[in-house]
Amino acid sequence: MIAVIKYNAGNILSVMNALSRLGKEAVLTDDPEIISSADKVIFPGVGEASSAMRYLNERGLSTVIRSLKQPFLGICLGMQLMCASSEEGDTECLGIFPSEIIQFRRGAGWKVPHMGWNTLENISGPLYKDTKEMEYVYFVHSYYAPLSEYTSAETEYAGVRFSASLSKDNFHGMQFHPEKSGDAGERMLRCFLEDL
Amino acid sequence: MLAKRIIPCLDVKDGRTVKGVNFVQLRDAGSALELAEFYSSQGADELVFLDITATIENRGTMTDLVRSVARRISIPFTVGGGIRTEDDVERMLSAGADKISVNSAAARNPGLLNTLASRFGSQCVVLALDARSNPLFPSGYEAVLDGGRTPSGLDALSWAREACDRGAGEILLTSMDKDGTKDGFAVDLTRIISSNIDIPVIASGGAGKMEDFRTVFEDGMADAALAASVFHFHEIDIPELKCYLRQSGIPVR
Repeated sequence: MIAVIKYNAGNILSVMNALSRLGKEAVLTDDPEIISSADKVIFPGVGEASSAMRYLNERGLSTVIRSLKQPFLGICLGMQLMCASSEEGDTECLGIFPSEIIQFRRGAGWKVPHMGWNTLENISGPLYKDTKEMEYVYFVHSYYAPLSEYTSAETEYAGVRFSASLSKDNFHGMQFHPEKSGDAGERMLRCFLEDL
Repeated sequence: MLAKRIIPCLDVKDGRTVKGVNFVQLRDAGSALELAEFYSSQGADELVFLDITATIENRGTMTDLVRSVARRISIPFTVGGGIRTEDDVERMLSAGADKISVNSAAARNPGLLNTLASRFGSQCVVLALDARSNPLFPSGYEAVLDGGRTPSGLDALSWAREACDRGAGEILLTSMDKDGTKDGFAVDLTRIISSNIDIPVIASGGAGKMEDFRTVFEDGMADAALAASVFHFHEIDIPELKCYLRQSGIPVR
């Protein structure tokens, strides 16, 4: 069973729709027991970090997420919340990855949010076994995770190279939206759902 | 490198596409859903659906369409036309739209942008700005409303800046001088807006040939370019357009 974590973030429907296009049934839930017993857990989301963390903490979901052993995929805000902290609302996050999430600085002609299709570079790990270097995926975000030892794909915008993806043990994060990234995104989701 | 986006726009009335779509590939040429799937498979980077349904009673058909598009296609899409209230936005986003665009309603009540950005996030709030050249305004362009029928009295650039400050995440900029002419995008207008605000700008109106896209990206500094009839009438084929742009040194997916 695939559990999609329900919390106060937007865009969860697009992940549910993508799973259904892949022929997978998923349960949208904030029930710690269902999440703990799922085969795979997806943590989607578009939203604001501090209010999302408050929601997760209040419902005891933070502790549950940190303790999970099954393959876990955080998407966009989900990935950022898996990091140590975020400049957005000066928020302490889940701490699965040691990174601090920082904001893109505007200026020099760079527009924020980083919105649109950008390339994945230096990809590694099982999620990307069907992905080629320089494939395009869809990003929408104003904060980013710097490169770290857990970076499993990189991209570049506003003069910064940063983590498009993070992976550590069973935990994976994608800053981009695989559910909105056409065929490329579907291949990655399929790897997560079928190969991990 | 961030790619320049190519965005087909579908005018939808009572749940069906208008503007004489003529595609042999489609079983039902008027089906907005089939056309959306076709463009998505052709490599369109995003889609825009513009609801031109005249009557409020038929607005529900748009919600149904948005729901089926969201189930079937795996690229982002924006819904615009007739969006005036928070409830309209809530309905479209919960049906699966990635972004919504607001036009006249935001010009008449700019606070709507703040409300939408704080409730739903800037990333899904697109300001549709229709501009017409008018030398009486500092930027040389005036924002116009109601599909160009009503002058707003707002300078196009100052309105774009204000919208950005109020939380719009993107601007869909249509030149009323160029729209429907196939004479090329309004490069001057696009550059003035795009180089003076720090959110992405989608250029719209006037696409006629592949060179027009190159010019609006290179000289107009557009982040994305939108067109309708050149795609609908198969005058420009998206894979061919992307190939042309790539060869011209413009990053495309």
